[in-house]
Amino acid sequence: MGTKVKKMLFILSKATIENVYAAFVMANGARMEGIESEVFFTFFGLEAIQKKKLDHLHVATVGNPAMHIPTMLGGLPGVEALATKMMKKEMEKLDMPPIGEFLEILSDSGCKLWACKLAVDMFHLNEEDLIDELDGILTIGDFYNRADQEAAQILFI
Amino acid sequence: MMKKIIAKREIDVNEEGYLIDFKQWDREVCECIADECDIVMTEKHWEVVEYLQDKHHKEEPLSIRGIKKSGVINIKEFYHLFPGGPLKKSTLIAGIPKPKSCI
Repeated sequence: MGTKVKKMLFILSKATIENVYAAFVMANGARMEGIESEVFFTFFGLEAIQKKKLDHLHVATVGNPAMHIPTMLGGLPGVEALATKMMKKEMEKLDMPPIGEFLEILSDSGCKLWACKLAVDMFHLNEEDLIDELDGILTIGDFYNRADQEAAQILFI
Repeated sequence: MMKKIIAKREIDVNEEGYLIDFKQWDREVCECIADECDIVMTEKHWEVVEYLQDKHHKEEPLSIRGIKKSGVINIKEFYHLFPGGPLKKSTLIAGIPKPKSCI
């Protein structure tokens, strides 16, 4: 019975759909296993918790060999949007929630959601630009303190 | 497959303790499994268990998103009623297989 990991803490620094979902699926998966979880949104990861931006995230078609699209083609107008549309359709088939709904699920599940203070200042954001479910704005030091317990793991995405 | 004594009866379970044959499930078995999970069944617990069994019998996959949309219980309450992995615990108690979903 039980698991050795008691708490998973994720630092999300990117806002491509694949990175955001990776963090969210793992954070949610932890809660579903009875493991505590928290997500710290920094740099471009902040896009995933900005009310105006979170519904408009894209997959990366350039510099992503696993997409099997030549890099030159991936940069053409509309290619990224098309790839994003296709990926969202596939995710909907698997009953994966859109970003906004996923954030609600995480928050309701007890996963803590934090914005990075330095990045918030750098992008000139205010609290009202960020989702209502946000638990607060922290420095990296505050976040490390939250990891200061037995069997806690920090993962950078 | 293993046999486990639940509510003074021999019940077929898998290695994780999930019931193999739903016909062996009843309220008494349910209460005994819940007790092992330190859960005391309330009316709301029963409502959730019935919802999960209904979904299972209709062969509809279970997920946390589905719970959100269920109209039976919200996610916060669900975590509160079944602490330590709500979908895992609730399906164990409901006598149905553990969901395979990652979401």
